[in-house]
Amino acid sequence: MSEFFHMGGYAFYVWTSYALVAVFMLLNWIQPGVRERRLLRDIARRLERGER
Amino acid sequence: MSIIPNWLHRLSSPKNFYRFAGSASNWFGWIALSLMVAGLYYGLIDSPPDYQQGDSARIMYVHVPAAWMSMFVYVVMAGSAAVGMIWKIKASTAMANASAPVGAMFTALALVTGMLWGKPMWGTYWVWDARLTSELILLFLYLGYMALRSAIEEREAAARATAILALVGVVNIPIIHYSVEWWNTLHQGPTVTKLDKPSIHISMLIPLLLMAFAFKFYYLSNVLRRARCELLEWEQRKLWVRELVGGRSGE
Repeated sequence: MSEFFHMGGYAFYVWTSYALVAVFMLLNWIQPGVRERRLLRDIARRLERGER
Repeated sequence: MSIIPNWLHRLSSPKNFYRFAGSASNWFGWIALSLMVAGLYYGLIDSPPDYQQGDSARIMYVHVPAAWMSMFVYVVMAGSAAVGMIWKIKASTAMANASAPVGAMFTALALVTGMLWGKPMWGTYWVWDARLTSELILLFLYLGYMALRSAIEEREAAARATAILALVGVVNIPIIHYSVEWWNTLHQGPTVTKLDKPSIHISMLIPLLLMAFAFKFYYLSNVLRRARCELLEWEQRKLWVRELVGGRSGE
C-alpha cells in the first residue's frame, strides 16, 4: 500500500497532477449548478414583484 | 423542404433545448463518472509502470486526454459559434459560450500536468518549444474569447465578435498537432494517433482511452448545463421561462 502512494519516487508529481485535475474538474462542475440556481431565484423574485 | 432536419430545427428552439440539455447532461454525467472510476483503477493500480519513465508515466492518463480535449473543445466551440452567428441560433451560440470555460480548464490542466511530468523527465518545468508555446496560445485564445464575450453587452454583437475570434484561432489547432513534426521539440511525437499502428502497449492504451472518453462525457455533461444557464439568462423575459419559474414557485 505504501508502495502505491510512493509511486516509485514520483509521488509528488503524480499525485499533484491527479489532485489538480480532480479539484479543477470538481469546481468547474459545481459552477453552472450554482449559476442556474441563482438565475432561477432572481427570475422568480422578479415575477413575484409583478415585473415582466 | 428545409435542408435542416425537422427534429434538429425543433431542438434548436431555446425552450426545447433547455429541457433536452437537462436530461442529456444527467446521462452524460453518470457515464463520465463510471468511465472515470474504471480509468483511475486501470491507470493507477492495474497497469505496469513504464520501462523507462517508471510510475511518472501515469501522469499520461490525465495529461493526454486533457490535451486532446483542449483541441476538441476548441473546434466544437468555433464550429457552434460560427453556426450561431450565421443562422442566428441562440442554442448554438450558447454551446460555444459554454464550451470556453471547460476548454480553458482542459488546456490549463494539459499545461500544468505536462509541467509536472516534464520536471522529472526533462529536468525542467517549462521550455519555450513549439508544442508547449502553441498550447499556451490556445489557453490565451480561450481566455480572450471569454473576455470578449463579457465585454460586449448586446448579445448578437457579442456572438459575431466571439465567433470571428474563435474562427481565426482555429489556425492554431493544426499547429499544435503537427508542432512535434514540423519543429525540433523536446515534446515526444504522437504514439496513439499514428496512422499505421499505435506504439503503445494495450495495458496502457486501455486506461488512456477510458480517461479520454470520461473527459469527453464530462465535457458534454458540463457544457449542456452551462448552455442552459446562457439560454435562461437571455430568455428570462420570455413566456417559457416565466412558466418554468412560475411552475416551480407555485409548487
